[in-house]
Amino acid sequence: PQQYCYPSLFIYGHRASGKSHVVNVFMKDLELPHVTVSCVECVSVVLLFEKVLQSFFGGDAALLLPRSPSLSDFVRIYRQQSSQSPAKQTRYIVMEKAELLRDADVNLLPALLRLQELVKDNISVILLSEIVWDKFRPNTGCFEPLLLHFPDYSKGELQQILSTDQHPSYSAEFYSSYINMLLGVFYPVCRDLRELRHLAALNFSKFCEPVAAGKVKETDTHKLWKYIEPHLKKAMQTVYLGEVSSLQWEQMEEHETGALRGLSAHTHVELPYYSKFLLIAAYLASYNPARTDKRFFMKHHGKIRKTNFLKKNEKTSNHLLGPKPFPLDRLLAIFYSVVDSRVAPTASIFSQISSLVTLQLLTLISRDDQLDTPKYKCAVSLDFISVISRTVNFDIVKYLYDFL
Amino acid sequence: MATSSFSRGCFVFKPSAKKKKMTVGLERYFTHGSEGSESSEVRFKICLDLWNKVKMETEALQDELNRNILDSLLEFTRKCSSTRDHSDWASQMRASEIPTAALVLGVNVPDHDMTFQSLSDLLRHSVTPHVASLQAKECGALKHLMKRVLERLMGTVVAVGDEEEEELQQTDPELQKSVHCSLTALCDWYISKTKKSSCSAPGKKRSSSVVDGQHQQHPVVIIFKDLEAFNPRVLQDFILICSRYIQRLPLMFIFGIATSPSTIQHMLPNSVSSLLCIELFQSLSCTQHLTTVIDKLILTSSFPFKLSGKVMQVLVSIFLYHDFSVRNFIKGLQLALLEHFHSQPLSSLCCRKNEAQLNVQRLGPADLERIRQLPSFKRYLKEQEEQDNLMTDDAHLKDVCQKLIKDLHKYHKNYYPILRCLHCLTSSLPRYPLGKQIRELHLICLEKNVWESEDYQSAMKLLKMLAKGELISLLQTCAEVLQPVRSKKMKNALVQLEELLAKLKLLDAAAEVAPSVEENLTAPVRNLQKKTDLFQLQKMLLEMNESRRSKRMSPFEILRNEAVDFVDSLVKNHLSPPESKPLYEVCYYTSSATVRRHLNATPRTSIQAALSSPYSYIQNDSLKTEDGTVSNAAPDICIAYKLHLECGRLINLYDWLEAYSTVVSAAEGSNPDSDGFGKVDEVKHARFIRAVSELEFLGFIKATKKKTDHVARLTWGGC
Repeated sequence: PQQYCYPSLFIYGHRASGKSHVVNVFMKDLELPHVTVSCVECVSVVLLFEKVLQSFFGGDAALLLPRSPSLSDFVRIYRQQSSQSPAKQTRYIVMEKAELLRDADVNLLPALLRLQELVKDNISVILLSEIVWDKFRPNTGCFEPLLLHFPDYSKGELQQILSTDQHPSYSAEFYSSYINMLLGVFYPVCRDLRELRHLAALNFSKFCEPVAAGKVKETDTHKLWKYIEPHLKKAMQTVYLGEVSSLQWEQMEEHETGALRGLSAHTHVELPYYSKFLLIAAYLASYNPARTDKRFFMKHHGKIRKTNFLKKNEKTSNHLLGPKPFPLDRLLAIFYSVVDSRVAPTASIFSQISSLVTLQLLTLISRDDQLDTPKYKCAVSLDFISVISRTVNFDIVKYLYDFL
Repeated sequence: MATSSFSRGCFVFKPSAKKKKMTVGLERYFTHGSEGSESSEVRFKICLDLWNKVKMETEALQDELNRNILDSLLEFTRKCSSTRDHSDWASQMRASEIPTAALVLGVNVPDHDMTFQSLSDLLRHSVTPHVASLQAKECGALKHLMKRVLERLMGTVVAVGDEEEEELQQTDPELQKSVHCSLTALCDWYISKTKKSSCSAPGKKRSSSVVDGQHQQHPVVIIFKDLEAFNPRVLQDFILICSRYIQRLPLMFIFGIATSPSTIQHMLPNSVSSLLCIELFQSLSCTQHLTTVIDKLILTSSFPFKLSGKVMQVLVSIFLYHDFSVRNFIKGLQLALLEHFHSQPLSSLCCRKNEAQLNVQRLGPADLERIRQLPSFKRYLKEQEEQDNLMTDDAHLKDVCQKLIKDLHKYHKNYYPILRCLHCLTSSLPRYPLGKQIRELHLICLEKNVWESEDYQSAMKLLKMLAKGELISLLQTCAEVLQPVRSKKMKNALVQLEELLAKLKLLDAAAEVAPSVEENLTAPVRNLQKKTDLFQLQKMLLEMNESRRSKRMSPFEILRNEAVDFVDSLVKNHLSPPESKPLYEVCYYTSSATVRRHLNATPRTSIQAALSSPYSYIQNDSLKTEDGTVSNAAPDICIAYKLHLECGRLINLYDWLEAYSTVVSAAEGSNPDSDGFGKVDEVKHARFIRAVSELEFLGFIKATKKKTDHVARLTWGGC
């Protein structure tokens, strides 16, 4: 009847640049018929279809979908329904996190882009994504959507947005001066609105403290700055990394217990004795070239200097290149030569290897179903392994080719 | 089972829904093949009783050990569900975070099940009915994860849209039609649930939540049992989805972490982990757990069943070297218990004192003969005069046995308190001459006379150098250990100990006496200044040295020596190894090899043993050979294995076949000079190929492309 809307719109911009917010507010305020779907949630396409049909035509329409419906089923039912209740206005489908559509069925994305054509209805699909359209374009080609970019917020904009969620018991100016200080500290390292909001919420109570105690007036920004600055600096070390949860952070503020240990401070892992040696052997196998095993683990290896060993490509440190895969045989051979006592090749030694894999200290490189000579990589850091080897009195540095 | 398929492949047969009824009693298994079947029923009963007791004790122990951490977790969930309702500014700003408890449990994954079980029970009982626990292996993809969550929370069957679930859907089609696998469904369900409960029983609700002041929402708790094993991708997506619903659905996560909390950061990017509000909970280390288990189950006289030093050593080393799993330790204990009662006919005496006395009277002549054959009893006989009487008179033997059993019980009653005392005294000494843990000391004591060891001597020397304060506090802890023991000897010891303590404390009061001793010492020094002769001086100094050595014994030192000697005498009296006691075999399980074989299997060694000496498995006399050779009547695979040991890295298949057929021909008894000898016929060829492929299957050889008609050996050495 009237002019149809453009079939599809692609909106992109960084995280927390207001894409979904703007679209949602827009839809709500204008009371447009729309449905918002997050692509993460759509484990299967069924959920997507169901949700769309349900919100446009009511729950009964969704029940018409057959078991494991295909795209054409969806189109068929949509047409059928839309002919019964034709659209007075453009209907919108808003797809959040659209980058996940790339992993879905091949035909889903192109079909969504020209859904209007397929269902012959005034419908428009809005895709929201953090990455640019170029990364989406399927190689078979497709309908080009309208592109719209949401640029990052500037400092002033951030300040304005953050100032909106002010505390009810303090004045707006007070809060915005707080935000100003906060941005002064954090803006150089973090421009993510969500993170900043989180930080603002966390530290505000501290900021209010001198005011509540009556030491400083609300307007005396200079003094307030003096009070809050060291605190914010401390926050920068821990909270931004997600090291310490907000709850713990608040508790720490209450108790003033000095240094709080973040998540990454707890790296110590207690392991059974042989698991430690297996891990050490895996580390050695991952970071030493296989040719040098003879030199490290044979009793009478003679004197071989490092220069004789060096090949051209091995001049760079193995630690810079990262761990290399090694077969199970090599791991066991090294294990038996580093462990000081005689170990019977029992079943539990092998089960320890697989439990190290589940603990993500080792990584299985070959496929799961390959039983013949599986390959592994060691996934722990040098610091970690030195702590482990210190507990069993093993000087790992002496056995590492890089430190020869 | 058969298939109607024409194609070759792997077929899975799901077990049918009907369960086969297993009515064969446990007891039949026990009595079957056990030695001394006449007393097996009694033994079975004792064994079962003991095991039930052990199980109960360990469960109680587990609960108690976990109480702290579980309580704090419960507190955490309560707090989370209550702060959600608050409407102050700070919690509103934080409302989008999902409260998460990171529970660090240590690498002994098999033990975690029990902890999580009690955790979810507790949560269900006291905080919220909505608890779902997930394991990584059942959540390979996001939809499976969702399905599990929904199933466990709503208690219904959820459709994913997969063909594989077809069977399930046929069972109840009504349920699955309505519920789809998304959090929206869960949300709707939750809202309807809370509405219903608040409408239907408002009075009851109010009365229960009066303490909380207001109506509380039940949080939905999702437990990830093994975080490390989850696919990070799946977990991230799930958290992202959950965070979209957090406003409507009070979700809460509990992560079970085996390694260290930093895995969370490795698995989840900042964008995801910022959605969580993580709090850390650290559980007790597994070594501490083991120590308490040993303390409660082994170092106590209330369990008549004991482990010998070697068995104990095996169990502890499996724990320390291999798995860190307390559950496996208890499994080992169970195995030892079962083996003991199964294989030792006299174990009917291994029970409480009164029962044991009764059981002695019930012993049959065969059992009495067994008693006479016990090494420890023979040793006892040698020390006795009226041997022949014991050897013949059954009634007298029973009386003596009753006495001996009584002695054994007394020995145990005294052994453990003294062991603890000694541990108290020595565990804080520098360099731990007798071990840091009480189990180490226990092992030493089980093996030999502890007072004869060098470590013990040095420990005693160190004790004689203790300062007064330390000594008093150590002796006091000893007294506390001895306090609850109800035995005459221990009571005596306690009295003596307390006397010593009183004397030591009195010393403080008598401190004024000390200066007079000092004066005695200073007098010769004054004399010294008068003498100028060198010889005189030397003599004088020597004398002083002598006198100092003898006189420097202050009253405290005398008392200290007295105390140490007292401890020494206690040790000598009560800590002798159990082997020295007659009838110790009744209570002590000694076969460490059995335990090791069962718990720490060596598949490769057994395969090699089976191949190189088939007699040990197939007890056929024709297979019996001297060391290192294989009879030519052995199974084909053994012959092939033996022959392949003689080869190098690459094996020529044809040569191998020739050698094989020669050996087999000899076994068939054909004449070595005849024409057909060693000729390869079809049957031999086929047998050889089968043997080779079996060896390949076992991993001794594999096909190689380096040389035609060759296979590569995968093991070294041989012959």
